[in-house]
Amino acid sequence: MTDPLPGLAGFAAVLRADPVRVQAYLEALSHVDVAEPSQVYWAGRVSLCAEPDDIPGYDAAFAAWFGNVPTRTTGNGRTRRRTTVSAPLVAPMSGEGDGEVPELNVAASDTEVLRRRDVTALDGAALKELLATLRTDPPLRRSVRTRRSRRGRLDPDETLRELLRSGGEPVRLRYRRKRLRPRRLVLLIDVSGSMTPYSDALLRFAHAVVRRSPPSTEAFTLGTRLTRVSRQLRLRDPDQALKAAARAVPDFAGGTRLGETLRVFLDRWGQRGLARQAVTVVFSDGWERGDAALLGEQLARLRRLAHAVLWVNPHVGRPGYAPVQSGIRAALPHVDRLLAGHSLATLDELLTEVRRA
Amino acid sequence: METPGELAAALDRVGYLVDEGLATAAFLALRMSRPLFCEGEPGTGKTALAKALADALGTPLIRLQCHEGIDAARALYDWDFPRQLLHLRAMEARGRTDDAEAELYTRRFLLARPLLQALETPGCVLLVDEIDRADDEFEAFLLEVLSEHAVSIPELGEIRAAEPPVVVLTSNRTREVHDAVKRRCLYHWLEHPGLVREVAILRRRLPELTEALATQVATAVSRMRAAELLKPPGVAESLDWAQALLALDRPILDAEAAALTLGAVLKYREDADRVVAKGLDALLA
Repeated sequence: MTDPLPGLAGFAAVLRADPVRVQAYLEALSHVDVAEPSQVYWAGRVSLCAEPDDIPGYDAAFAAWFGNVPTRTTGNGRTRRRTTVSAPLVAPMSGEGDGEVPELNVAASDTEVLRRRDVTALDGAALKELLATLRTDPPLRRSVRTRRSRRGRLDPDETLRELLRSGGEPVRLRYRRKRLRPRRLVLLIDVSGSMTPYSDALLRFAHAVVRRSPPSTEAFTLGTRLTRVSRQLRLRDPDQALKAAARAVPDFAGGTRLGETLRVFLDRWGQRGLARQAVTVVFSDGWERGDAALLGEQLARLRRLAHAVLWVNPHVGRPGYAPVQSGIRAALPHVDRLLAGHSLATLDELLTEVRRA
Repeated sequence: METPGELAAALDRVGYLVDEGLATAAFLALRMSRPLFCEGEPGTGKTALAKALADALGTPLIRLQCHEGIDAARALYDWDFPRQLLHLRAMEARGRTDDAEAELYTRRFLLARPLLQALETPGCVLLVDEIDRADDEFEAFLLEVLSEHAVSIPELGEIRAAEPPVVVLTSNRTREVHDAVKRRCLYHWLEHPGLVREVAILRRRLPELTEALATQVATAVSRMRAAELLKPPGVAESLDWAQALLALDRPILDAEAAALTLGAVLKYREDADRVVAKGLDALLA
């Protein structure tokens, strides 16, 4: 009989898995009956997958390599979508600057002028440079953990330790105070057709914010479906991060179902804890193709979970803007602040609001 | 245990029914001495798995419930300062304090928290529950204990496990756990059981439950999972529901019994409203 192992190892190569995982996979195979397809399937799944989103990809690769996926014994096979459809990232419209805001400060420096210009009128290099100047410190919250301090609550442990050091003689009292930790920040970015001019700039902005404090910042795109892009945006290089995010998002410049995608966000992520006590920022123009009542309902849910909900609408900065779109009108009662986000200066204001929230 | 099937049978004997996937995952975790990282919807039996494994293997279960701000002093070990202080006073009274340090920092004054307990209890099952609730710094430190099966205590030296514990980690995915931790583990995603298995689980856990009532409960619960609820009920909720019906001496689940006991299975007002609005008869038909 031929040794089945090379074929099985080849499968791991197809998946381009992490070598540490491949090693675990090969070790797992040595403990199961490799003649039994379901055993091979499960040995691979537990050693090569790391999150539920990996499973559809694993299943597809398994089916391609071994013919078919052994029937799953668990029931209600909720299909998990996989975001592989690639979509080109839309280049920002350049030049025209038709939605430009009047520049107020005549004597301002070039940077100051650029900072107030609509981001759709900026070229890539200028945008990159300006994004680097933003102060992207995360919002803070008090942790339950404490640290030593000169004031605050008495620290019995440390005082006792001090006592012990001096042989039980009464000494100085020690104090502790609550530490500050970054508060979670969740960015929800509408990438539907009507937001196309801003998608690229907003994702670049999200990259700058995510990079500043990766573990406490999460980013999702909203359109006809929800895509989590936090992982992609953690890449250091902005261009690579954006490319990766574009590959992950299947619905660039498509329709909008804000209420529905927000519901998916809350069901899959928000309610479990991601949005709990977080500062949540929704970037959208509020053009809702779906049911505006559903959007209002979901935002009310988000408001109950989150620490603060901010809504950023690039059109707010335009002269003569009124919040009349059905989506915005349904959302407004559940939003803490409605802000503009069409220029670097307004994005900077947003960050200040986030820190203050 | 030589095959996943044998492990499944052993878990069955202690009242925990597994499918082939979970049996293989748990079997490999035992054979490869790797932690098993379980994720899944709440109420799919992640925590119960660790308890069942401990029962099936006949070893104690040591549980570390993670929470925000958990640190080494609460998870690993701490020195018992008040006792040390008393001892020091006693030594002073007897007039011998020269070797105080050697005597004060001994195992006797060390309080073993769950992780240290697990290292000192050969072959036990260690459950690290809801690791996603702990801060990310805690993971780095957990990683050290999980990969070395040892801790070093500066005043005392290294404490190494004679036999590494069986480790089960659970997460509800409120936060992404660091890859470095996941790479050391085997990963399993638990789903809600199918109808047939859920009936079997209900009857296994509540022997006085009739087949008919168990089927009614499982059917209603699976319909609730299909309806878009804020918090779809898990197996834990079906068990609660069945238990509530038993406590009220209801032999069948009709609309009246369901209305009385809905609070056992649905924990949000919006969910209860939605189910009632759709009609309890439709749910039970």
